[in-house]
This record gives sequence, structure tokens and C-alpha cells, in this order.
Amino acid sequence: MDVAQLSRLQFALTVSFHFIFPSITIGLAGLIAIIETFRWRTKRDVYDRMSVFLTRLFAVTFVIGVVTGIVMEFQFGTNWSRFSGFVGDIFGTPLAAEGILAFFLESAFVGIVLFGRQRVSSTVRWLAGIMVFLGTTLSAFWILVANSWMQTPAGYVCQPDPSCSMSVPGEKAVLADFWSAVFNPSILPRLMHTLSACWVVGAFFVMGISAWYVLRGRNLDVARILLPLTVVIAFFGSGLMFVTGDLQTREVYQWQPIKFAAMEGVFKTESGAPLILIALPPSQTGPLDFAIGIPNGLSLMSEGDLNGQVKGLENWDQSLWPPVAMTFVGFHTMVGLGGLMLLLMLFGIFFLWRKTIEKKTLWLKLAVLAIPLPIIAVELGWMTAEVGRQPWIVYNLMRTVDGTSPGVSASDVAVSIVAIVVLYVLLLFLWLYAIRKEIARGPDLAPAVAMAVEATPVALGEEPAAPAPLTTPARKRTRKVDPNDGGR
Amino acid sequence: MPELSVVWFVLLGVLFTGYALLDGFDLGAGAVHLLVARTDGERRNVLNAIGPVWDGNEVWLITAGGALFAAFPLVYGTALSGFYLAVVLLLGALILRGVSIEFRGKETDRRWRQSWDVLFSLGSALAALLFGVALGNVLRGIPLDSAGVYRGGFVGLLSPFSLAVGVLTLGLTVQQGTAWLVLKTEGALADRARRIQLVAVAVVAVTWVGSTLIALGDAKHLFDNFGTPIAWVGPVVVFHSLAFLIRSNLRRQAAVGFICSCLAIIGLAITAGTALYPNLLPSTGPGASLTVSSAHSSDLTLSVMLVVAVLGMPIVLAYTAFIYWKFKGKVQLDEAGY
Repeated sequence: MDVAQLSRLQFALTVSFHFIFPSITIGLAGLIAIIETFRWRTKRDVYDRMSVFLTRLFAVTFVIGVVTGIVMEFQFGTNWSRFSGFVGDIFGTPLAAEGILAFFLESAFVGIVLFGRQRVSSTVRWLAGIMVFLGTTLSAFWILVANSWMQTPAGYVCQPDPSCSMSVPGEKAVLADFWSAVFNPSILPRLMHTLSACWVVGAFFVMGISAWYVLRGRNLDVARILLPLTVVIAFFGSGLMFVTGDLQTREVYQWQPIKFAAMEGVFKTESGAPLILIALPPSQTGPLDFAIGIPNGLSLMSEGDLNGQVKGLENWDQSLWPPVAMTFVGFHTMVGLGGLMLLLMLFGIFFLWRKTIEKKTLWLKLAVLAIPLPIIAVELGWMTAEVGRQPWIVYNLMRTVDGTSPGVSASDVAVSIVAIVVLYVLLLFLWLYAIRKEIARGPDLAPAVAMAVEATPVALGEEPAAPAPLTTPARKRTRKVDPNDGGR
Repeated sequence: MPELSVVWFVLLGVLFTGYALLDGFDLGAGAVHLLVARTDGERRNVLNAIGPVWDGNEVWLITAGGALFAAFPLVYGTALSGFYLAVVLLLGALILRGVSIEFRGKETDRRWRQSWDVLFSLGSALAALLFGVALGNVLRGIPLDSAGVYRGGFVGLLSPFSLAVGVLTLGLTVQQGTAWLVLKTEGALADRARRIQLVAVAVVAVTWVGSTLIALGDAKHLFDNFGTPIAWVGPVVVFHSLAFLIRSNLRRQAAVGFICSCLAIIGLAITAGTALYPNLLPSTGPGASLTVSSAHSSDLTLSVMLVVAVLGMPIVLAYTAFIYWKFKGKVQLDEAGY
């Protein structure tokens, strides 16, 4: 493989691994904000324990998101220096804005949420939870601005730039209108689709944990609040995925018709094109085999007319096509998973309404197994968006092969890929281990003990059963003696 | 009104200096972790001293990196791709030391904790060293070819000057980390931190003089701006803050010591900025140097960024100060209960 292919592989590996974690923390931050609001309003102990529990899950996930996120930012410079030179005038600003306007907010107040609960008033603690939620959401906004600009660039002019000898066209994109660049055509659909996806990820994550507690008959006071809450969020979220997904697909149809054709598997221009539901992975030049679809569906959805004409890939030169099979399969598997999740949630909301959800063992087991589904769907969605943009790194402006770093050799990238894979596999296992441990430990402890235990890593490291011997008076004493309510 | 590009040269200096001051103390605490803290309780003290703030400190790096990308994209691309394997190593070190903080306490097993302690310490020290080596190369310049590309590989980055700056940066980081630990901890731990700090100050002084002497032969362009008295502000600040740091160390004045250590870093940052200007990445090869005037983004981008920074940074500083205030005082662990 050459430098461009290796760099793409590295970017794909690092970004898909990284995005597992923010997608969970963005969703969890929303749940924590809701629970914190309940706690702040009602002062009930159960909300306190719930919030502490979710915050612990947040913490182990957040740290991996932070450290793998730094890699993402610097990779633009290390592996894509000509891209950096070409788009820096526009692309760097959202990254810096993310830091200043969002990421500082998030990581600063995470400190309070994780370690400072006893140092601040109840209201400030609540506010800190809200700030973390706000920070994660704004962070998603700015990073999606950068990504969307690569998909549907706007608000720029291309200028010849002699000093920019590194960029192949000898040009660079220069900012002409900041707000047009920020609110480029794809940002709003993408933001809505991504944020609702993250809420679904967070809701499924906590729903699965609560279902597991119900199945095990433990932590029921907490599970009986979290389960209904997450079922409702996951139900509406799964529905919202189709609404926002439709919006985003329409945007792709308008602005990136080649990607659209690859996503939908349209090789030949057709009037009354069917909406393909399932087919075998096509070869690069088609056609689709064993395709099952809704007749005239695609024409209706894209043109609002049963016999509307949908342009097929044949309309464009083959050099402008993305890898069709990956785009098609990624998109259809994502939609299929979305349907599966919505189906699960239809049953969930029905059982919830009938108040029988705790007895539906099969559904509860499926809810546990479904934890990874939205994460997989999110990854497939990103794959569709990014692979579907090929051969461009910036749509219609710069080809991916022209964006690489000329001074970096294939062996350099191969070395870094090996190092990254080894490191990330380690991180994944550490994360799974820590999450498993936190779930096993659960929110059972009385708040004072939970707090004190967290203050000292020795106790943190002990098996979940360890704090049990503490008598109630000892718990109270611990709370008074120990001013250090947080820590690792 | 000075040129926007010059304003951003200064602001980037401020952002990177902010990073050096803040992540400096948690990297430094990490670098001396194994030496300064012997017992499990002491090591937990070190981690708890930086626990609530280290990830916020790393955001300074993310922000400074984003701002460099936005303000001087060519420098961002040329330097990061040029330093490729060093950057990969640096990111690996930052990842390992970051997760070590989080995962060390998950088990009580002695070997588990010892392994994370070693990773935390080596990762922190390596990161500080590599930041310094990168800075050394930026100051000294790298051989850019006629296409503006560095092709010297990892080994080409290891000149005596850049290694000296690397050790200087490691020394400064340790100095800052121990200053933080003296401020946040007590007893034998704080005493050891004080003693290590004296060694660190000595290393800083020696490598500062040493790198300056090497530069006299190897990177003469770094002295171009020191013809006017005002340019000597940086070195003068460094000299005095190091002297006062030693005095406050001996007099056990923790807060004064931390301020002196910060001022020393600020002074060195000003010195480095003065020496570098107007270059951003000098070229020692046939390619042109990247300078403030040749590599900057459009005025519109720089103005937008300025608005974001001017509106955003005061708020960031306000709540960051609030959070440090909330965590003020010595770290205490109550082991009796466990």
C-alpha cells in the first residue's frame, strides 16, 4: 500500500476507535444532566447515587475519548500536511473554537462533577453537570462544522498561493464568509443526526445496564428509574434517527449526488427508481444482485414524485465514484440496524406502557445485548459519509491522494499503524474491564461511602464487596473526616 | 494596530506557554512520580494533586494546536509531518500516562499499581523531553528542501542543541511539577519534592547556558533580535525567577516557589519567542523559512479567531480559576477508614 492508502487506513482506524467514546459520553452527559436536575430539585438520595454512578461510567469513557482525540487533531498535520496547508485558513478555526468555546468547558467542569461534589453547593454541582452537557454538545457542533465543510465546502474562495507549494493544485482555500463556512449546507442535518445518534447510544448503554440489574434483581431502586427514562429516550431517539437520517440523505442527494447514488445502489439513471432495502454487496460497476426494494420508493423520497428521475452512477466518470460496495453496505446495514433498534424500542415502550417491562425477560436480555448496536450503527454511518466522499478529501476541491504528507514515507505510517493498533487494543480492553467493574460495583453504596471510596484508589481497587463491612456510623464518620470527596 | 499575524504569533506564544505552565506541573509531577513518592499513599497523593485538573490542562494543547493550525497552517503541516515519528511517540506517551492516572487505582495488586506508576512516570517524562526536542528543532530550524518539505527522519531531529533544549524542558517540567507538589502535599513527600526541585533548577540552569553556548556555534540566527535592551526581558526574568525559586525553596515558601517557577517558564517562553521571531520554522536547507509574514492565514480568518479568543479566553480563565480555587489546599487522604 502507498502512503495515501496507509494514511487513510490509519485515519479510519483512529477515528472509528475514537468516536466510540465521545458518542457514549455525549449521550451520557445528557442523561447525567437530566438526573442531576432531578437530584437538584428533589434532593432525593436515589438521584444522587444514580448521578454518581453514571458519572463514574462517564469518567472512564471520557479519559479514553480525550487521549484518543488528541491523536485526531495532530493527525491532520502529521499525515495530511498538504491538506492542512490547503484548508488551514478555514479548517483550523473550528478546531480552535472547539477548544476555546467547548472543550475547556467540558473538561473543566468534569473536574467538579467527578471530584468536587462535596466542595460545591448543590446548585453549583447541578450547574457543573449542565456545563459538561453543554460542553460536549458544543464540542460536537464545532467538530462537525469542520467535517461538514469537507463534505460541502462553502464560504471560501480558492486562491493561487505560491508559498503553498505543498498543496498540489498550488492553491489554497481562503475564508470568504465565516458564517457561510460554518453553516455550510450539510452541518445542520449532520449535527441533528449525529447528536440524536449519540443520545441513542447513551440511552441504549444505560438501558442495557438497567435491564441487566432488573434481570439480576439488584439495584432495583435505581434501575426502576433509569430503565423507563432510557426506554423513553431510546424510543424517541430511534424514531428521530429516521427523521434526521432522512433530512441528511436529502442533503446528500442535493449536494453529493454521486455519494447518494452509491449509498442507494443506483447504477443506471432511472425514472421510478425503487428504494433498495437489501441486496448483495455490489461490485464497483454493479449491478445489484438479489435486490429487494420498494418500487418507485427512491424516486418518491428524493423527488417527491413516483416517477421522478434519479441519476445513477453511470452519469459520472468512474474516477469520481467512491468505493461503491462499502458505501452501499455501510449505509444499508446502518439503516437495517436502525430498524432493528426501533423495533426493539416499540416493544419496549409498549411493555413500559403496560407496566410489564420488568417481567419481560427476553426483552430485557435483548436490551442488554443491544448495547453495542447503536455504536456499530454510528460507525457504519461515519463510514458511509467518509468513504462515500471519496475520491475527495474536500468534496470537489482536493483529492484524498493529494492531501498526504510528502515527507512521510510508507514505512513511517506502517510503523505508526502498528503502534496505534497495539495501543488501542490495550485501551479497548482496559475500558471494557473498567466499565464491567463499575457495572458490577453498581450504584448500591450509600453516597457517603461511595464518595469516600472514590477518594482513595486503594479502596477503589478493592472488590465491590469490600466496603460492605463498614457499619452505618462509620459511614457517617467517613463523610465528616474526609474533606477530599474525589480523587483517583 | 500591529499586524494580525504578529498578534497571533504572540497569542500562540500565550497559548503554548499556558500549556507549559499547566500541563507542565502535571507532566512534571508524573516525571518524578517514582522518585518523589515511595509508598502507595504518597503515590495516591501525587495523583490526587493533579486528578481534577490534568485533562483540562491538556485542552490547552488541543487549543494551541488548533490555533496554530488556523493561524499558520503551513507551519502546522510542515512541522508535524516533519517530526512524524517523534509526534507518534509523543502521542503514545501522552495516551499511556493519561490512562495510567485513571486505571492505576482500579486494582489493589502491587504489581498492577507498580506497572501503572512506571508507565505514568516514563510517559510523562518522555512527553516533556519530546516537547523540548521539538521546540529545539523549531528554534534551530530544520532542513527544508526546495518544495518546503523536511525529509530528515527521526534521527535528523536529534542535534546537540535540540537534545539540550529537550533536557532543559524536562528539567523545567520537573521544576514545575515539584513546585506544584510542594504546594499541594505535606510531610516526607513535600520534602522530597523540594530536594528534587533543587536538582531540577540546577539542570535547567546548566542546560539553559549549555543550549545558549551550542546555539552560538550552531544556530546564530537565534541571537539576531538581542541587539536591543528590551529583548533581554526574557533572560532577565528567567535569571531572577530561578534565583528566587532557590531562595523560596530553602525558605520553604511553597506559593512563592510556584510563582517563581511559573515566571521562569514564562521568561524562557519570552526568550524563545524573541529568538525565533519573525521566523516560525527556520529552514537550514534550500527551502524558504516559514515566517510570520509568509505563512499566516488570511486577515479574515485571523480576525475571526481573534474574536473567538478575546470573547472566549476570559471566560475560560474565569471558570478555570474558579475550579482551581475549589480544589485549593493540601491534598489529604484519609486512610484510617479503609
